[in-house]
Amino acid sequence: MEQVMVIQGNEACVRGAIAAGCRFFAGYPITPASEIAELMAEMLPRHGGVFMQMEDEIASICAVLGAAWGGAKACTATSGPGFSLMQEGFSYAVSSETPCVVINVQRGGPSTGQPTSPSQQDIYQAKYGAHGDYEVIALAPASSQEAFDLTVKAFNLAEKYRVPVFVMSDEVVGHTREKVRIPQNLYVRPRQKPSLPPGQYVPFRAGPNGLLDGMPAFNQGYKLLVEGQLHDETGNRAGTVVDASAKLVTRLCSKILKHDGDLLDVDGRFLDDEPEVVVVAYGSPVRPAMQAVRQARAAGIKAGCLKMRIVWPFPDEEIAKVAATARRIVVPEMNVGKIVREVDRAAHGRAEVIPLPKLGGALHTPAEILAAIEGGYVRASAS
Amino acid sequence: MHPLAEKYLRKSALPQFFCQGCGDGTIVTALMRAIDDLGIIDQVAFASGIGCCAWIPVFVNADCIHAMHGRAIPVATGLKLTDPSRKVVVFAGDGDCMGIGGNHLIHAARRNIDMTVVMVNNAIYGMTGGQTAPTTPHHATTKTTPIGNAEFPFDACEVAKAAGATYVARWTTAHPAQITRALKEAINHKGFAFIEVLSQCPTQTGRLIYGSGDPVEAFNTIKNMAVTKAQAARMTPEELVGKVIVGKLHQVEGRAELCDEVQALMSQKGEGLSSDARLVS
Repeated sequence: MEQVMVIQGNEACVRGAIAAGCRFFAGYPITPASEIAELMAEMLPRHGGVFMQMEDEIASICAVLGAAWGGAKACTATSGPGFSLMQEGFSYAVSSETPCVVINVQRGGPSTGQPTSPSQQDIYQAKYGAHGDYEVIALAPASSQEAFDLTVKAFNLAEKYRVPVFVMSDEVVGHTREKVRIPQNLYVRPRQKPSLPPGQYVPFRAGPNGLLDGMPAFNQGYKLLVEGQLHDETGNRAGTVVDASAKLVTRLCSKILKHDGDLLDVDGRFLDDEPEVVVVAYGSPVRPAMQAVRQARAAGIKAGCLKMRIVWPFPDEEIAKVAATARRIVVPEMNVGKIVREVDRAAHGRAEVIPLPKLGGALHTPAEILAAIEGGYVRASAS
Repeated sequence: MHPLAEKYLRKSALPQFFCQGCGDGTIVTALMRAIDDLGIIDQVAFASGIGCCAWIPVFVNADCIHAMHGRAIPVATGLKLTDPSRKVVVFAGDGDCMGIGGNHLIHAARRNIDMTVVMVNNAIYGMTGGQTAPTTPHHATTKTTPIGNAEFPFDACEVAKAAGATYVARWTTAHPAQITRALKEAINHKGFAFIEVLSQCPTQTGRLIYGSGDPVEAFNTIKNMAVTKAQAARMTPEELVGKVIVGKLHQVEGRAELCDEVQALMSQKGEGLSSDARLVS
């Protein structure tokens, strides 16, 4: 039966994770993500899962990696400083193709920054924060409902693509209580078993799409070697072999970039009449952006909105399509203007791309976005 | 190939690349003997960090995660909690355990999680070329202490014991049979077990600290350092300077183990782990 509840985004993430099969959570308290750990501690035991509060965020991501190879779908949640500490673990997860989900309830930075205020300042860090060449998947919920939906999706994508998948929430989404519908029939991708028995199975041999054939757990007879050093298909080190090393890094990136369409998740609103002005947004700013677009249309301005639910990999083609017809693209972000650079790159000069940064720990108001739609360039309270 | 090697080595990882005279090969052999005696090759789950000795379990044909520098213990924690029936064994060097991963070691010991941590101590950062470690003797010269080490080393066994480890032993590579025995005891021990193995590193410790890269000299230096508890009891404090006490140093039975505690609390307050103690749905 469909369930309807009024919950905050952080709780929606927990319910989404458990619904998606998460049975291990390791974390460390941090504002504004702590409710996720608290609820996991309460709910996981009731679902046959284990919660661990570790000694720090480094240990948290490492325990998640161990649990993943232990056979569980595993997850952690944190915010800015903790996200920084976890970066080496993300890089390890990429190299060793360990599925895991990381929820970052973003707060303002740099450093300790603004623990109780929202930001989107970590959106580059999700893609570029760790060392080495790699690609990951990052989703950005704008509501409690999306916090639930995208957390489920994050687990499904982690299982398929065998990468860390980031749910880039923020303090607004995390702490806003609103209605969430939990559907009766939820698509949950189970952990895929290897198609071959031990002895015949080659753990890191990829198919033509660059994806691996199932994921055995430890102590199932496969005698796995899980390696962070660049390795061959067996898992054995190949860091000094140029061809094998290049082949692995190329595949780790291309399996994400050349996805089969399920890593494109954008939602166009009012785009059918080729609007002159399009607001491109992700996460919380989608909310005032939609309001501003409605107000603009009521005032006779042809405006539309393109909302990105998956930010990484970046939806280049969708941006290019919008840029082909729009005169102006406005990009509201709760940071100095980050994704706007990607939008500008993908627009390739075909539309004027206007950054609308908002700093200080507050969400844009619809009026600020409306003003940018109307043509006046508004620098929000950054100065 | 020796029957033990034939049975247990991960052939695809060979040849091993330890330096001539390195002590790590002795530990590989002791490990294979312990696993063979216990008959647990299918139950064992290895986690290791970064450094020469982190390759020890890689050469054994069992499930192994060769993780990040200092992070083998939290990775092992995830492995253990997802299936408490696993025999989790961690290999980490002195830099891994006492330096970058020191925080993880003390917390795992505090939790008394059932795993065995083998700290192979060569008193130096060997793989990176011979830099000072938290275990390097006072005033010793290394690549990063060319005028002598101003710091004092940790006694890792004392750290582990103070943090709550319920089995602590120390041996050297001159004691291969004792290493095997300690491994078997530690793996069978219900709780956090810590074994320090002093291992010769002729290439770095030998050359830089002891003044000779000769493997036999490096081996003898370590061998001559070791005194048993009984020998130590008969020695004066002056005679004990520069000596290291070997043997089983600490064992506490019956202290609550983490997975048992989690499982007991879950069965009281939650639904508990599934009957086969796995979490895999």
